[in-house]
Amino acid sequence: MAQPRTLFDKIWDSHVITPQGEGTFLIYIDLHLIHEVTTPQAFEGLRLAGRKVRRPDATMAVCDHNIPTSNRKAGIDEPESKLQVDTLEQNVKDFGVPYFPILSVNQGIVHIIGPEQGLSQPGMTIVCGDSHTATHGALGALAFGIGTSEVEHVLATQTLSQRHAKNMLVEVDGTLGAGVSAKDVILAIIGKIGTAGGTGHVIEYAGSTIRALSMEGRMTVCNMTVEAGARAGLVAPDETTFAYVKGRPYAPKGAQWEEALAYWRTLPSDKGAHFDKKASLDAADIAPHVTWGTNPEQTAPITGHVPDPAEIVDPQKRAAIERALEYMQLKPKTRLVEIPVERVFIGSCTNSRIEDLRAAAAIARGRHVAEGVRALVVPGSGLVKHQAEAEGLDRIFLEAGFEWREPGCSNCMSMNNDRAENGERIASTSNRNFEGRQGKNAKTHLMGPAMAAAAAITGHLADVRDLG
Amino acid sequence: MEKFTQLTGVAAPLPMINIDTDKIFPAGFLKTIQRTGLAKYLFDEIRFRPDGSENPDFVLNQGPYRNARIIVAGDNFGCGSSREHAPWALMDFGISCVIAPSFADIFYNNCFKNGLLPIALPQEIVDQLMEDAKKGANAVLTIDLDKQTISRPDGGVVHFDIDPFRKHCLINGLDDIGLTEQKSAEIAAYETAARRTRPWLFGMTQTGT
Repeated sequence: MAQPRTLFDKIWDSHVITPQGEGTFLIYIDLHLIHEVTTPQAFEGLRLAGRKVRRPDATMAVCDHNIPTSNRKAGIDEPESKLQVDTLEQNVKDFGVPYFPILSVNQGIVHIIGPEQGLSQPGMTIVCGDSHTATHGALGALAFGIGTSEVEHVLATQTLSQRHAKNMLVEVDGTLGAGVSAKDVILAIIGKIGTAGGTGHVIEYAGSTIRALSMEGRMTVCNMTVEAGARAGLVAPDETTFAYVKGRPYAPKGAQWEEALAYWRTLPSDKGAHFDKKASLDAADIAPHVTWGTNPEQTAPITGHVPDPAEIVDPQKRAAIERALEYMQLKPKTRLVEIPVERVFIGSCTNSRIEDLRAAAAIARGRHVAEGVRALVVPGSGLVKHQAEAEGLDRIFLEAGFEWREPGCSNCMSMNNDRAENGERIASTSNRNFEGRQGKNAKTHLMGPAMAAAAAITGHLADVRDLG
Repeated sequence: MEKFTQLTGVAAPLPMINIDTDKIFPAGFLKTIQRTGLAKYLFDEIRFRPDGSENPDFVLNQGPYRNARIIVAGDNFGCGSSREHAPWALMDFGISCVIAPSFADIFYNNCFKNGLLPIALPQEIVDQLMEDAKKGANAVLTIDLDKQTISRPDGGVVHFDIDPFRKHCLINGLDDIGLTEQKSAEIAAYETAARRTRPWLFGMTQTGT
């Protein structure tokens, strides 16, 4: 009788080409997504060695990090950004790689368009030169970020050398309270297991709460897996998944759809499959969260306070918190709802899909952005923007004083010109609150989209449940 | 890739946990299309003051540490983004080895692609090496990859573990892609089988509506 296997084990086993000795294996990559930031040196390497792209039919390119989110038709001002974008556009031409052009409605943040276009599918191995590639695990795929040298390796050989990670199970059970979103679930998980809680593991998210999440909710959860130290996170594919994928532009059709479906149904973890590490949370315990510090594990329920480093026993942890509070200019024990904000960013591969925009719009409707606050809404792709406009969400945001932008990574890491220039405190739906990421001295508080809209309206971190 | 066999140099102490790759290499500089000459961006936000002058309190600006070849750091070094620019900048500065109790996965992998040796050791041992690193001009360690040892200024020797395949590639400066191309028959056989069992994965990105 065969050993019971986890979802991760099953995908892994079906992609091993050959062992390379000492726990390292050569695995095959089904889908390679590429963008302009982590590919220039990779294509240069191919050219120097006279190599081609082995599977252009398994590769898709898009520009997302550098591009402006306003006045897009006018082109790109910053010369270095323009050079990077031009470089990708030349590379995809020279190497015959399919590409979504900047002005196409199909363009968007790479981790938004993959699932949206039906490119990301259950049972696949998916890689991209970006750590939030973990997002695609929501489809039941093994998806992880890689560096530029590995990008070059995949372009040339469609394979990667990898060690077989361990299995971790994170179960969330119960019904989420009103006003509590998928973003709060993953922040609560990271708060519990820490930024290195998943290192060396692939996390499978399970339990009734996860099962009840929409595909977009599952993507938000999987997206921040890397912030818990794990390279990849996945959710077993189910009827919700299949209904989502069916009919999308690049999804299998006809007889191939039936074949794929049959294969996908074999993927969920077997009963009794072994997990090396486990964690569990009760949905009822999860409140809307905000981060207060400079890494995603420094998070708390909105009803809480800035911690007091004097109460922390571990000296390294205490020093880290002292440093975080100094950077964030926060005093210990301050109530989180008293912290004012000057800027709000609703966007990023974590939270810029249609459900995220609907949640934010529901709070913004009939209200107005507070005095002294600048708020941006950046939809994740041209298709999301199009749908949001069809639903009138853009009008709700504009009437409430939010800026409505074009798709891209934008203020998440500010490679384009959407950066905080004056060390503002920002309520952000992105995934990292590291020092300086959203702008020099910018002070980032991560949260879900409805919470970010609540912060924009009130001018401070706020409990969205109080806004009704 | 250059071979890594032995390294003797000054070790700089960086006693912080969770040093993320945004700290090591801020996002704004990711616009480069090069992989060389990136030392000027290393730890930019904490190494330079807003006016562009050096921050005298940052260790890599101080005396003997300006030529550091090794960094000793806290837990979870290299967490955050997958940017390979982080090891590129470290290498360009002259750092060929980082010692810490633990490393983030993606950063750890990226190091081996570039001849940068990441050594994970128990906290108590890292603490001792951190003390060594605080000795300024005497903070000299010798790393011997073949013997898997670190020799300390007082003559003490520490042993470290490393994955044998990775050690083999570093010691021989082996090019990843060249190694994989030796397996082209196995890759082709895999593709032939996959075309039969999962045909929908072939031709995919070229057939969208």
